[in-house]
Amino acid sequence: MFTFVLRRLLIAIPTLLVISFVIFFILDSAPNDPTGNLPLTIPPEVRQKIRDSLGLDQPMYVRYVKWLRQFLIYEPLNLLEENTGIKIGDSEGRLRIVSYATRSPVMELIAERMPQTLWVVGVAYLLGIIISIPIGVISAYRQYSIFDQVGTFVSLIGFSLPTFFTGLLMIIIFGVKLRWFPSVYDTTLVVKDWKTFVLQVKQMIMPVTVLTFFNASRLTRFLRSSMLDNLNMDYVRTARAKGQKEQVVVWGHVLRNSLIPVVTLIALGIPGIFGGAIITEQIFRVNGLGQLLIIAIQGADIPLVQTLTFIFAVLIVFFNIIADVAYGFLDPRIRYS
Amino acid sequence: MSTTTNNQQKEYSYLADVWKQFSKHKGAVVGMLIFFTIILTTMLGPFVWRIDPDAKDLKHRNEGPTITHPFGTDNLGRDMLAANLAGGRISLSVGLIAMVISILIGTVIGLLSGYFSWLDGPLMRLTDLFLALPILPLLLVIIMLYRDTLRGIFGPELGIFILIVSIIGVTSWMNTARIVRGDVLAAKEQEYVTAASALGSGGQRIIWKHILPNVSSPILVSAALGMASAIITESALSFLGLGFPSDIPTWGRLLFDAKDFMSLTPLRVVWPGMAISLIVLSVTYMGDGLRDALDPKIRSSK
Repeated sequence: MFTFVLRRLLIAIPTLLVISFVIFFILDSAPNDPTGNLPLTIPPEVRQKIRDSLGLDQPMYVRYVKWLRQFLIYEPLNLLEENTGIKIGDSEGRLRIVSYATRSPVMELIAERMPQTLWVVGVAYLLGIIISIPIGVISAYRQYSIFDQVGTFVSLIGFSLPTFFTGLLMIIIFGVKLRWFPSVYDTTLVVKDWKTFVLQVKQMIMPVTVLTFFNASRLTRFLRSSMLDNLNMDYVRTARAKGQKEQVVVWGHVLRNSLIPVVTLIALGIPGIFGGAIITEQIFRVNGLGQLLIIAIQGADIPLVQTLTFIFAVLIVFFNIIADVAYGFLDPRIRYS
Repeated sequence: MSTTTNNQQKEYSYLADVWKQFSKHKGAVVGMLIFFTIILTTMLGPFVWRIDPDAKDLKHRNEGPTITHPFGTDNLGRDMLAANLAGGRISLSVGLIAMVISILIGTVIGLLSGYFSWLDGPLMRLTDLFLALPILPLLLVIIMLYRDTLRGIFGPELGIFILIVSIIGVTSWMNTARIVRGDVLAAKEQEYVTAASALGSGGQRIIWKHILPNVSSPILVSAALGMASAIITESALSFLGLGFPSDIPTWGRLLFDAKDFMSLTPLRVVWPGMAISLIVLSVTYMGDGLRDALDPKIRSSK
């Protein structure tokens, strides 16, 4: 087990290096100029100076290695310093990855936006898991019953409807017509008492519902088919034959085994959720990571785009490993050698 | 001579068999009807509904459904029915061509890595690498950075079309490749392949004549689902303002433009959204039906 995890981690390193290089290469080879958005009145010499000050006069591989060093060594050290106060090396002189647009360190921008995304996305993901388990179990146990048919149909709709449509529909119905919830997420709201807490919950309801609906549908479909596979297994007959209560058989034996592939799906879905959040955040104007990425892309803020995209890639690779390890951990039939 | 007629007879009965099983799946049949209705409407609609989607009529802007404009008008007085029909043609062709690209890449990589074991390792690493890419952010970045160049080369409409279709195709082939590889690995061990190679067939002939036909059903199913996901991806890109520009109305772009007028003309959001959802739902149902119909185990059991 340990060697397996170690091997996966070691394979992840070249994968991530290649991905980071691909991202860097795409951004770098683009016919695009960070000074392109500046006013036309700036003379060419000044433009050249701005380019030089951004380090663009160096060859690409030098800038790539520089960026890599900043991302992998300097920024983690800064993070360590801010959180624990331990200083390693020359903390003042370390170059940070700086955004073209705001001139502030990229990591600070990301840290600012992270909580909003985590709250909306995280709550939606947890709710999706909680809702999908009973629906998936009952749907499979009473296959072809009315509950199953309705459940399957609703989850197929939730799975097929793009979030940008369900989100807009919700805004029209609950935001514009009924006026129950605010249709624009108030990003300046600070939760300090009961009233602001209620406001915060109210403005979170719509984005969370949209994402929960999508996640729950996906997981329900998967859990239902996994339950159906397991319900016909021999061990279920054995459990019934030895007189176990039906509830124990279904919710204990069958569910536990059916959850094994679902857990991997949950782990694999987490990075995808951040991608999906890009759209949801744009619909409800939540100022999270997704919105930051869109702003950065529109403003051609290369360092910010580069760092954010790479963080998404790291999340994908990391949760892939978690999924693999979880599978082996939960399923005793799988042993890594 | 007699063998060819035999073959044709068999093929006919195979298709009839598949159709019989497919038609048992009510959802799949309804899905297929809806799918072809939408395709026919978007293709033939402009010949019946002759309003130019670009014709502005500032006297009649932001209208709800009326007899002259059954889907209402937008903020410049353009007819929304005509815009949705025009948008549908672009969205559907994006979905179709992107799907063809992705299926071609996926099938070739799957066949090569399943059949030639020395290619298996590198090609599967490549697939893993693509799977680890954050697709949506990358698509957004590539469009943002390259759209002006391509629009310069191929003209404003064709340029962005080529860009979007090719990047969606190039970033969505991985699942097909994995499925095809798995099926090729299984098919390679079958007796008929050994027989073909014992008869002196070369690698190429075995792949094209014997293995490809036997792995065609999963390819067909993933083609159906691939088209749906390509349409969703295109709409998502346009919805984020980084797909087609507003002078080329796709369903996603129409949604993007409509969202700023939600309180005034909420129905403008509903039409393109419904169209996308109906296409995706019908294709998903069709894919389900196809999977059952093409699976010989399910077909023979009923």
